[in-house]
Amino acid sequence: MKPFDYERAVDPAGAVATVTGNAGAMFLGAGTNLVDHLKLEVARPDLLVDVSRLPLDGIGPRPDGGVRIGTNVRNSDLAAHPLVRSGYPALSQAVLAGASGQLRNMATTGGNLGQRTRCVYFNDVTTPCNKREPGSGCPAIGGYTRYHAILGASEHCVATHPSDMAVALAALDASVVILGPDGERTVPAADFHRLPGSEPERDNVLEHGELIVAVDLPASSPLTVNSAYRKVRDRASYAFALVSVAAALKVDDGVITDVAIALGGVAHKPWRARAAEEQLRGAAATEDSFRSAAGRELAGARPLEGNEFKVPLAARTIVAVLRALAGDAAARGAAGHREGDGR
Amino acid sequence: MDVPIGLSVDGEDRRLCVDPRVTLLDALRDQLGVMSPKKGCDHGQCGACTVLADGRRTLACLTLAVAADGTEIVTAAGLADGDDLHPVAQAFLDHDGLQCGYCTPGQICSAVGMLQEVKDGHPSVVTEDLANSAELTDEEIRERMSGNLCRCGAYVNIVAAIRAAAGVDPAGTGDPVEEDAPAEEVA
Repeated sequence: MKPFDYERAVDPAGAVATVTGNAGAMFLGAGTNLVDHLKLEVARPDLLVDVSRLPLDGIGPRPDGGVRIGTNVRNSDLAAHPLVRSGYPALSQAVLAGASGQLRNMATTGGNLGQRTRCVYFNDVTTPCNKREPGSGCPAIGGYTRYHAILGASEHCVATHPSDMAVALAALDASVVILGPDGERTVPAADFHRLPGSEPERDNVLEHGELIVAVDLPASSPLTVNSAYRKVRDRASYAFALVSVAAALKVDDGVITDVAIALGGVAHKPWRARAAEEQLRGAAATEDSFRSAAGRELAGARPLEGNEFKVPLAARTIVAVLRALAGDAAARGAAGHREGDGR
Repeated sequence: MDVPIGLSVDGEDRRLCVDPRVTLLDALRDQLGVMSPKKGCDHGQCGACTVLADGRRTLACLTLAVAADGTEIVTAAGLADGDDLHPVAQAFLDHDGLQCGYCTPGQICSAVGMLQEVKDGHPSVVTEDLANSAELTDEEIRERMSGNLCRCGAYVNIVAAIRAAAGVDPAGTGDPVEEDAPAEEVA
């Protein structure tokens, strides 16, 4: 491990100023990904600025009816929070589908967004990788592709983003609050991560020195309440997604009035399935509609040799999640009529 | 440059100087001689280094010691009350929840932390109803302990040990055991 200096941040603005002024500086959260990268020498900072003890660790209501999640809220506390469990079940489920109990106790909200791909070539400094060493090449193309992209990849990079949480945030129209040297800006969660294009070294829209300070959820609604996350993986627990789906569905009298779908494990970013959503709005909440919309979204898929299975797997997972949510919506509607409360 | 830090380790205040690169696991083992947490993969994948940090189960191999300054660390060795083993450790012995034993201190710390999470009402990904607290079925135990690998494959007995330590019934339904019920009638 390359030597580095360590300092503990006193306040967010000071941490941003320190890292902005030092090209070799990085923020340290819990370190669940970064400490591993220090050992692997995937990351070689001169200075770590520890932001993990900044008091940005609350979850609370916002004036607009939404919820603000501080960047230092630990994944386990986020998933267990009553506001999240009741208003945004897809987010609780996504966080709980990731990593292990120990890692969720450690990992922070901002760190989860900032974690890097688990592409085996990216993590192995003895192999070329355009994300780690721009211009060196991509051995994943023509190599081991099981965890790699089928949507939105480029000739330079076919890595996927590994977060489960980020997929739910993209579907739930959350936003990421970012502090930079000139103040705060807010980016939709679905636009926070990037497609690789010709700059695969950039995972997301953060500039050097910018710090995630919070994630905001919109006001909970019948749509966000009827949401779910499903993860398909090689073992039952403690594995990254081959394919995952976060979705939210609102059905009135058998017709889809609102829907949001995001896919994980298939792209360099959580893949918001806007083509499928567009086709589903106003359609009957039937299996045929779900299948047709999933097919439309995946028509643009360009699988690699060895991960062709992800295309039908993603389609089937979309259908399964929507079918379950349509069932839940029907059950909720029936209960509402019985109780006469109209909810 | 070495940095002075303080840790409470198994109830004892310890002072040490660490290079910022040193993990909590290496500080405990190499600098403080606390050998209970084990180095398995050293990459956060196996759980052998699990300790309780301020009461929460944590991976010591992915924690920088300098970032843990001021933390209260409890290892599996520190869970005992004098010569009396912690109930979870005793349950691992009673149920043969180990073979070689290398993963065991991490398994025990993880189980102790996990049982507290269940008490605190934390859900898991297999919890059917997010609105209600989970009952500790075998499925819940397996899911919640998935961060601790055992290469001897003692998993069946680890689940039995945790089930017993939690006081739930051997059928794995999550129902509490009646204290006075004969074991053979519970199944």
